[in-house]
Amino acid sequence: MKKHIVTAVLYTVVTGVLLGIVYPLAITGVAQLLFPKQADGELLTKNGEVIGSRLIGQTFTGASYFHGRPSNAGTGYDAGSSSGSNLGPTSKALIDRVQASVTTEQANGAVPVDLVTASGSGLDPDISPAAALYQVPRIAEQRKMSSQMVEALVRGHITQRQFGLLGEPRVNVLELNLALDEMARKE
Amino acid sequence: MSLNGWLQISLFIALILLLAKPMGSYLTSVFDVDSKTRRRTWLDPVLGPIERLLYRLTGVDREHEMRWTEYAFAMFAFSAVTLVLTYGVERLQGFLPWNTQHLPGVASDTALNTAISFTTNTNWQSYVPETTMSYLTQMLGLATHNFWSAAVGLALAVAFVRGIARRESKTLGNFWVDLTRGTLWILVPISVVFALALVSQGVVQNLRPYDHAKLVEPQTLTTTGADGKSVSTTVTTQTIAQGPVASQEAIKMLGTNGGGFFNANSAHPFENPTPLTNFLQMLSIFLIPAGLTVMLGKMVGSPKHGWAVLAAMTILWFVATFACYWAESQANPLMHNVDQRASLTMAGGNMEGKEVRFGIANSALFAAVTTDASCGAVNSMHDSFTPLGGMVPMVNILLGEIVFGGVGAGLYGMLVFVVVAVFIAGLMVGRTPEYLGKKIEAYDVQMAMLYLLIFPLLILGFAAVAVMMPTNGVSVLANKGPHGLSEVLYAYASATGNNGSAFAGSNWNTHWYNYSLGFAMFFGRFMMIVPMLAIAGNLAGKKIVPESAGTFPVTTPLFTVLLVSVIVIVGALTFFPVISLGPILEHLLLHAGHMF
Repeated sequence: MKKHIVTAVLYTVVTGVLLGIVYPLAITGVAQLLFPKQADGELLTKNGEVIGSRLIGQTFTGASYFHGRPSNAGTGYDAGSSSGSNLGPTSKALIDRVQASVTTEQANGAVPVDLVTASGSGLDPDISPAAALYQVPRIAEQRKMSSQMVEALVRGHITQRQFGLLGEPRVNVLELNLALDEMARKE
Repeated sequence: MSLNGWLQISLFIALILLLAKPMGSYLTSVFDVDSKTRRRTWLDPVLGPIERLLYRLTGVDREHEMRWTEYAFAMFAFSAVTLVLTYGVERLQGFLPWNTQHLPGVASDTALNTAISFTTNTNWQSYVPETTMSYLTQMLGLATHNFWSAAVGLALAVAFVRGIARRESKTLGNFWVDLTRGTLWILVPISVVFALALVSQGVVQNLRPYDHAKLVEPQTLTTTGADGKSVSTTVTTQTIAQGPVASQEAIKMLGTNGGGFFNANSAHPFENPTPLTNFLQMLSIFLIPAGLTVMLGKMVGSPKHGWAVLAAMTILWFVATFACYWAESQANPLMHNVDQRASLTMAGGNMEGKEVRFGIANSALFAAVTTDASCGAVNSMHDSFTPLGGMVPMVNILLGEIVFGGVGAGLYGMLVFVVVAVFIAGLMVGRTPEYLGKKIEAYDVQMAMLYLLIFPLLILGFAAVAVMMPTNGVSVLANKGPHGLSEVLYAYASATGNNGSAFAGSNWNTHWYNYSLGFAMFFGRFMMIVPMLAIAGNLAGKKIVPESAGTFPVTTPLFTVLLVSVIVIVGALTFFPVISLGPILEHLLLHAGHMF
């Protein structure tokens, strides 16, 4: 029996180093070599400054930007503190929050559900194509652009299902807004 | 529910069933300790020398065979030592390297809860990882357990199968050898490939400090200060947590551990960025458990028995997935002016707590899979599911996570149900029950019942105590009404069943919940292993009796149906009353327009 305790200690030390140090460091090395951009979080830069990650959403509240989903990560899209709301379907806090978002977002017709519900991570970079198209008239009016142009921009930013099968179609809000700013700058 | 959703779900189960056979053959070669029949694997030339070196360094005699008691003791000694290591690393992380955010040592109750949680393959997380755990703690304190606890589960399952397969034998194999072979031949090679595949899709893998991005649109926040006046602050940067995520993510899923590198777990875009990573993560949860059923069939000399068990699992998986997908596609009747219908341009349904890239189908499937197995990773927040949708993962856990199940733990849990099913079949025809030629006698059934009773006793006992304590138990809950009861029930079910997922809204990081859930995880793992190994040890010593007309065949669809029925009846008899007070009541109140 004592022999097993000694083995347990030695086994923990040896495999601890192997699995807890060597394995993650080796993966880090190979990953940085083969996929440097992905391994660091697909960071977007402008004039040498990091302005976000392609995979992580940001808060947009101005009327001239496309809005993402409500967020419960920190004070909103805090990628140092990811979280969902975890409110249940009968929670008054949830329904009140959703209806407040509906009031903010409401334009023509009922608001697409993903635009007024918080994601699981609080960092969801995407909204559904329906939620993006829903905001087109507001953006066109605010930016004094034709709605055809804005709609064409949205359609150009729809990511289809992976391999035509997996996941759901979606629009990356940060990339869409950056493209919108770029288009306004060029005009 | 959409056609595309069902296509994705069908592709998933088709691949699992296709992979079961090659995985099962490989598992059989890895765990066959009989030098006469052992087949070599193509990894032997690389791993053989490492294996021998490891035995030399740790003093393992690979030819030594253990009785069930010795096997259990070695397993327990190893688990205890690794638990102490993790507790130490957590407490001391402030003085250790790879702590880029200068995080202090973890509080003692949280550290103990977490150490038990990862040792028992539960991965219940009462803390927010990105603000609590240093990179070293994640790698050395937590990811190691993702390998160790999965390898322990595999070893125990193999020992149980040997107990069934062996005749008039006193021993079940060598714990250290099974642990080593499971780690080196199964978990490490698949994790390496899987981790790199994840990185290629965007799962991060680095040791850099958190990034600070300059926001495209700075935000003004208005908060109410202590003096009652509103204060405006401008937020101009976004903190982006980083870390060695992919290496941990791979084994987190493959070992059915489920502990997220980040708080949002597999909903976080850095853990699960694309539909492909999501699909691979779900596959990796079921890969080994599906293979184990084939290994069972091969090792006991009745491949059809393995397939019959796999069929039972697949039936239960389908029912859970269908129910969850259907429920989550429904609109919340309390929301007004919200378009919740599925269309070509949106998934619709209950999107609170779900990611747009996964939509309803992949969130529901993930929830069913992660609780069919004892994984507990989540890509959507179960707490925000519809009442019936959230009931599915809860019921999966309460049935014992035997549908494919956790790595190892799922198979031995299922085999305990097989013993009970065979016993009931024996009672029905008035013969001594037999299982693959072995008589099932009083001792075996007593141990099986002990296994089945410890589980609800811990869950219902703790949940009852918690809801009777207004301050420690109830005040921390995030949701009121029947949903609050569901949160408590889910927490103790998840802990006792070593799942680790949660109705996560409540503040579980309190003394009462850290200690009581820690206790539930510890006894839910180790107290159930003892009767399970006792059955295995007892079965191994038995003679084979020749098959007769009275033998109940365990290879037929009839057996599959009986097994499914026994699982459902045992679960329903035990838990229906409390379920009716939680999710079922909430469902009725939701459609009557009640809010809490």
